[in-house]
Amino acid sequence: MIRIEPRPQPSRLMSYLSPLIAVALTLITGIIFSGLVGLNPLDAFHAFFIAPIDDLYGLGELGVKAAPLMLIAVGLAIGFRSNVWNIGAEGQLTVGAIVGGGLALLFYEMEGFWILPIMVVGGAVGGMLWASIPAFLKTRFNTNEILVSLMLNYVAILLLSYLVHDPWRDPDGFNFPESRLFSDSAMLPIILEDTRLHLGMVFALVVVALGWVFVRKSFVGYQMQVAGLADSAALYAGFRRRRMVWIGLLVGGAAAGIAGLCEVAGPIGQLLPSVSPGYGYAAIIVAFVGRLHPVGILLASLLMSLLYLGGESAQMDLGLPSAITGVFQGVLLFYLLAADLFINFRLHVDKPKMGVSTEKVAE
Amino acid sequence: MTTPRLELRGITKIYPTVIANEDVNLKVYPGEIHAVLGENGAGKSTLMKIIYGVTKPDRGQVFWEGHQVQVTRPAEARRLGVGMVFQHFSLFETLTVAQNIALGVDEPFDLDGLSKRIAEVSHRYGLPLDPQRLVHSLSVGERQRVEIVRCLLQEPRLLIMDEPTSVLTPQAVRKLFETLRRLAEEGCSILYISHKLEEIRELCHNATVMRGGKVTADADPRKETASSLARMMIGRELPVCEHSPAEEGGTVRLEISGLTRASDDPFGTSLKDIRLEVKGGEIIGIAGISGNGQQELLLALSGEKPLGKQDCAVIRIDGVDAGHLNAAARRDLGLTFVPEERLGRGAVPPMSLAENSLLTGHRDGMVRFGLINESKVNAFAEQCVRDFDVRCGGIQAAAKSLSGGNLQKFIVGREILQKPKVLIAAQPTWGVDVGAAAAIRQELIDLRNAGLAVLVISEELEELFEICDRIVVIAEGRLSPVTTAADTSMEEIGLWMSGLFPGSEKLEHRNA
Repeated sequence: MIRIEPRPQPSRLMSYLSPLIAVALTLITGIIFSGLVGLNPLDAFHAFFIAPIDDLYGLGELGVKAAPLMLIAVGLAIGFRSNVWNIGAEGQLTVGAIVGGGLALLFYEMEGFWILPIMVVGGAVGGMLWASIPAFLKTRFNTNEILVSLMLNYVAILLLSYLVHDPWRDPDGFNFPESRLFSDSAMLPIILEDTRLHLGMVFALVVVALGWVFVRKSFVGYQMQVAGLADSAALYAGFRRRRMVWIGLLVGGAAAGIAGLCEVAGPIGQLLPSVSPGYGYAAIIVAFVGRLHPVGILLASLLMSLLYLGGESAQMDLGLPSAITGVFQGVLLFYLLAADLFINFRLHVDKPKMGVSTEKVAE
Repeated sequence: MTTPRLELRGITKIYPTVIANEDVNLKVYPGEIHAVLGENGAGKSTLMKIIYGVTKPDRGQVFWEGHQVQVTRPAEARRLGVGMVFQHFSLFETLTVAQNIALGVDEPFDLDGLSKRIAEVSHRYGLPLDPQRLVHSLSVGERQRVEIVRCLLQEPRLLIMDEPTSVLTPQAVRKLFETLRRLAEEGCSILYISHKLEEIRELCHNATVMRGGKVTADADPRKETASSLARMMIGRELPVCEHSPAEEGGTVRLEISGLTRASDDPFGTSLKDIRLEVKGGEIIGIAGISGNGQQELLLALSGEKPLGKQDCAVIRIDGVDAGHLNAAARRDLGLTFVPEERLGRGAVPPMSLAENSLLTGHRDGMVRFGLINESKVNAFAEQCVRDFDVRCGGIQAAAKSLSGGNLQKFIVGREILQKPKVLIAAQPTWGVDVGAAAAIRQELIDLRNAGLAVLVISEELEELFEICDRIVVIAEGRLSPVTTAADTSMEEIGLWMSGLFPGSEKLEHRNA
């Protein structure tokens, strides 16, 4: 009989192996499914994972999509490590785009190197503002931050929709629900020629480095980790729980806000009713696949970005529906959670005990 | 010669990290009170779990009245006639005594009939118990009676008692012993698990001594001395603390003036007008049966549950109002605290000892510009491990990988190395082996000699009498008058522990 029994110590090896196992199982599942719907599995694999990145432009696109995921996931991970469950990155991203993009529209007539930094700060402030709502409600009224932050996502998206449909609509835009195109001063410069890879990638890498310092070296990061692992120990040491809720949500909000700004001031170049293909949700998966560690998140965001690109490529080349990206994200998360079980548990095969006891009696 | 009621032959149980029992042999005869003596971690509990069918042995045989049996479930053990009273009770506080007992009855019954039997049995064995009372209104001693009566109703032929006296006053211990002796006279066998040598010498006919999972001796405790039993149990002499008389006239370091606070927990104990002064250079011990307000008092003193702003002067640390401050701010004033729970409160289980040093030791220059100075942290952790003889796999070992005693030494060391003015320690040697316990007690005495104010809360009276200069009792959320340890006795403190101290409501009620 096979039983699942607790390990005496959580397996370190397994905690690193688990994301790799999840990726491998996701691939296998993908291949099986493409076979089931009548595709040649090798073609499907090629269309999904090779074709999108077989040239420089494709690699640039990988970075374009990985940058916001990386930014958001590092920010979220800081909260997650202390059990602050911010599910509202999508909304924080949106409000970051609204505030940062709003500044771009405000300075539409002007030029200058100062515009972009103000927009970036605006994006961060916007995200923090949105994240401060669940933080305030949690610290003041002990509400559940998961629910509050999640519901605020829909509010933020409707707010953006309202703005681009009416007050911020492009006066020369034939009534399409979109803002003016941003001026050149309000656009992030391209950092790799012949691609769309923009300065946002640099921001993302800087945030990864800062995140690593915060998690590994800073005392506040340590305090948040203690609170995440043992709440009573944090209370015993006198670490302030409320402060950690605020930091966890605000850092996540700021990172998501910057990511939102980078989207509208990067590949999009204006405000649209939708500014994110679900980066705020996908980043939650990225954070966990990356083991809530900044370096892991860097790698996981590249993987998730490839899933986005592969999904697009599969739509075009194989005529698969757009839901394919979401399906793959879901499958990946499913396998990750399943594989994570074996960090704390292991399989135990019961050997028949009879042999031993009869021997003894015979003696 | 009579057949043993229970015989174990060559019992071995191996866990992934430790051999809990190795080739253990044990015989218990009808009517015998048989002690299983050993330190924490010696393998006593595993052995009892095997007898009671909770755990399966890897090797070895169990004989019940001469027949080999395989007990795989507690229900089978009960059917054979084995009853067990666990150290930690499993009672529902919102149910009555009879309802609680009914939950454990395997065959059909009617509640009224059961209540009658409970009253009968409890009367016969001198365990007064009202079947209709709700469990939350019972004292710990009474709750233990519920567990014992629950076992007795099944007319057991072997009763296992796991550390039964750790929650009782000396008077209640005496009553329990009378009950156990009567049971033995009626032919019931009793396995009595304990590490308290005097009790075993007083009560038991035979003793099996265990150390490190093995049986090290079989002895007649009535013919042994406490120190000879200790030698069998720990392999060397029982260490004794050196205790000189306290210096007079220290300044008041910790002052509690009129602490009254309702408990958040509906079954918790509210604190009522607690007043106490702890001076530098003395150890004050708070005795009491658990659940009489110790938890609530500690949360209020440590700052884990600070008081409101208006009560800031109720607790003063080194002359500064501290009632409203949180734990960190109180530590800034020179308070350190050793909590009762080591894993999860005193230490973060998966973090290394080095990281756990930082938990409260970070004031010692370990943090600069918000960043952790790792070399300082490691130096602190290493000093702590060295000075306090913490046996571990180095300072990078996870806190949860240490044995309870070693982790406690580490936590005590961490709190002492911060050079506090006031140290509060809750159950400082609970679950700690005898050698380490003596080392910790000696550390507390040394701190006192160095002029610190030390407050110890403990359920072990022997410990308090060994190290304290003054003793006070907490009962039902109130403090008794403070007495000098030399001027009182275990009997008097035991009486006070049941709520009968000068000035208590209970006593006045009785005298009126």
